[in-house]
Amino acid sequence: MDHPGDKQQLDRDFTELYRAHLRDVYSYAYYRIGNHHDAEDLTEQTFLQAYRHFERAQRESSGRPLRPWLIRIAHNLAANYYRDRSRKPQTQLEDADVISTPHPTEELVEGREEVQEVLAGVANLPDDRREALIMRFALDMDNREIARALGRSEGATKVLIHRAIKQLEESLKEAAPNE
Amino acid sequence: MSEVDVERLLRSALVPIEPSGALTDRLEERLSKLTSIAAEELADWELSSMRDPRNWARPVAAVVIGGAAAGALVVVRARQQQRKRGASGLRALEKSVRGVAQDVSKRLGR
Repeated sequence: MDHPGDKQQLDRDFTELYRAHLRDVYSYAYYRIGNHHDAEDLTEQTFLQAYRHFERAQRESSGRPLRPWLIRIAHNLAANYYRDRSRKPQTQLEDADVISTPHPTEELVEGREEVQEVLAGVANLPDDRREALIMRFALDMDNREIARALGRSEGATKVLIHRAIKQLEESLKEAAPNE
Repeated sequence: MSEVDVERLLRSALVPIEPSGALTDRLEERLSKLTSIAAEELADWELSSMRDPRNWARPVAAVVIGGAAAGALVVVRARQQQRKRGASGLRALEKSVRGVAQDVSKRLGR
C-alpha cells in the first residue's frame, strides 16, 4: 500500500466485512467447537487474522465475496484448535435450545428432543460433512461459497452435502427404529 | 423420515447464533487499536515523506485521512450500540420464551 487513501478505503471495506459476517463466523465457530467460550476465542482470532491479510485477500478476490475466505480462516483455526489440544467436537452443545425467533411453548418442548438428536447426529458426522452442513444450514451458504471455503470443486461439494444428509437420515432412523 | 424431513430438521437445529455483547465489545476494541496503530504508522510515513519538497502539498489530506481511518471502527461500535438498543425489545421476548421453555423442561424432569 503506498497511499493513505488506500488504507482508509481498506479499513472501511474491512469494517463492512466485519459487520456483515460477525454472526456467520460466530455461528460457524460455535457449531464447530461446541462451547461459547472457545467459540468466542476462535471468532476473535479469525477477525484478527483476517485483518492482517485483508489487503491481499481483497486484491486476489477479483471482486468475489470474501465470506468463504473468512470461513476458511475459521476452519483452519478450528483444525489447529483440535490438533493442538487433541480435542474432539463436543456432542452436546452448551445451549442447544438457542432460538432465533420466538416459538409457541408447546412447539419448543416437542421440538427440543428432535433438535438435540439432530445436533448429536451432526456432531458425529465426519469433519468435512459436518462442516458442509453447518455452512449450508447455519450460514445459508450456497454450493459455490462452501466449495471455496473448503477448497473443493462445486460438484464435489454437492456430493459431500448429499452424502452428509443421507448419513444423518440413516442415523436418525436408527435412533428411532419404531417410527 | 425423508431427505426433505432431515433438511427441515437441520434448518430448525442449526440456527444462526448472535455473539454476545462482551465479544463484540472486546473484538471491536482490539480492531480499533490495530487500526490506530496503522494510522500512526501512516503519520510517520507522511512525516518522512515531507522531507521531499514534491510531497509538501499532501499533509492536510494525510491528517484528515489518517484520522478517518482510526475512527472507522469507532463508528461501527456506535452503530452497533444503536442496533442493540433497537433490538432490546425482541431480546427480552426471546429471553422470556426461553425461560418458559426451561421451566417446562424442569417440570418434565429433563
